[in-house]
Amino acid sequence: MSALLRNIIRFVLFILVQVYIFNKVPPVHQFVKPYIYFLFILWLPFNMGRAAQMLVAFIFGLTFDYFSGTPGLHAAPCVLIAYLRPFLLNLLIPQETTQLSFAEPSVKSMGWGSYATYVLILTFMHTALLVFIEWMEFGDFLYFIGKVTATTLLSLILIFITEMIFPRQGKYRTNAPI
Amino acid sequence: MRNIIAFIRQFFNFFLFLVLLGASLIILINYNQTYQAVFSNIASETTGKVGSQYNKVEYYFKLKKTNEALAAENAQLRDLLKQSFDSPDTSNVIKIDSLLKDTLGRVRRFSFLPAKVVNNDVSDQNNYITLYRGSKQGVRTDMGVIGPEGVVGKVVSVSDNYSLVMSLLNRNSKVSAMMKKGFYTGLADWDGKDPRYIELHNIPKSAKIAVGDTVLTSSYSGSYPPGIMVGRVAAIEGDPASGFYELKIKTATDFFSLQYAYLVDNMTMVEQKQLEAKKPKEQ
Repeated sequence: MSALLRNIIRFVLFILVQVYIFNKVPPVHQFVKPYIYFLFILWLPFNMGRAAQMLVAFIFGLTFDYFSGTPGLHAAPCVLIAYLRPFLLNLLIPQETTQLSFAEPSVKSMGWGSYATYVLILTFMHTALLVFIEWMEFGDFLYFIGKVTATTLLSLILIFITEMIFPRQGKYRTNAPI
Repeated sequence: MRNIIAFIRQFFNFFLFLVLLGASLIILINYNQTYQAVFSNIASETTGKVGSQYNKVEYYFKLKKTNEALAAENAQLRDLLKQSFDSPDTSNVIKIDSLLKDTLGRVRRFSFLPAKVVNNDVSDQNNYITLYRGSKQGVRTDMGVIGPEGVVGKVVSVSDNYSLVMSLLNRNSKVSAMMKKGFYTGLADWDGKDPRYIELHNIPKSAKIAVGDTVLTSSYSGSYPPGIMVGRVAAIEGDPASGFYELKIKTATDFFSLQYAYLVDNMTMVEQKQLEAKKPKEQ
């Protein structure tokens, strides 16, 4: 399966799963909201241009927004994490070997430590901007702190479970040694 | 000039990031003020269709609750029928009026349009409901939406076949409500905390309120017919020093299992709104 086709399928699946499964979960508390859809952006291939990543993230976020009824709310955090992603990848992994031999960020291609840091920082950035926009509209500071903490933790658990259930084969792109 | 182009090229990604972030925020702010989004017609037609497909499955699992709610509503309406009442004199036979026109000169003020709920959120801070009825079926913005059990929300945006409803569970939603006992009028809104409860403000402390009292829509609101159930008082809160109660209301509508709703068309709303707009402004 080509990378393009695989990402198109992921695009659709992540939106449907988020809209029709996680958005339907009865809320436990105001602060807790299960978000997993942005994992699509974390899983985009290494060799995509930075502008392309941001455009895809914008379209992805806006598509999700149209389903949840508030256009623009999720598009902004998606663009932010797509912008920060390349910087973080440059810091976390040895460029020459990993980016040449693997197609996309995963536990296999980056190792547990680096991959966990990568997911943690981007999940936090995503939730922080999302809740910040909500906070600007209404709410108090406790709402901001509480929701960022609770939602980030829940997202991390969900991403961890997803990685466990769907271990992606870190396919070699070329024959370059690891 | 070459330097400027070089500068833009060097920071192209950063500028693109700012442009896209700005675009998202502009779309959001514009939407929150007007409920008009870019491509909103195409978008709501598409998401509405996907939602209808999903709802075919979801609806099956909620049939039991939906049937109970609709049967309870039928029983309530049957209670109001003329045949349910005996006249004081048994020799006096009630004749059912077969005239189409009301000879007492009453005019119709509200008409109801049934609609299927195809998408319904409860987990956000601003929740919206999608109904499978749109401008082609005569839906307009600002129409009230009620369910079999009580108030649901208000139409904010309409496409050809679907309409988007701001549910009671929305931080921007405000409903004029009154106590059934004593007709004290207040404003009901949602604090975003628990989707089972909303808040009712501005009820003066002079009112005698007890837990379990019924809250109805008031006659001030143009969108809803007066006397539609909003909920029941679940808890009495509020600052003892203030002159007003803060009431926690358990919503009559169960938003978790809502499947059918009625769009309320108030035929005199335009006239009412036009008159109210002429209100002289205080200088």
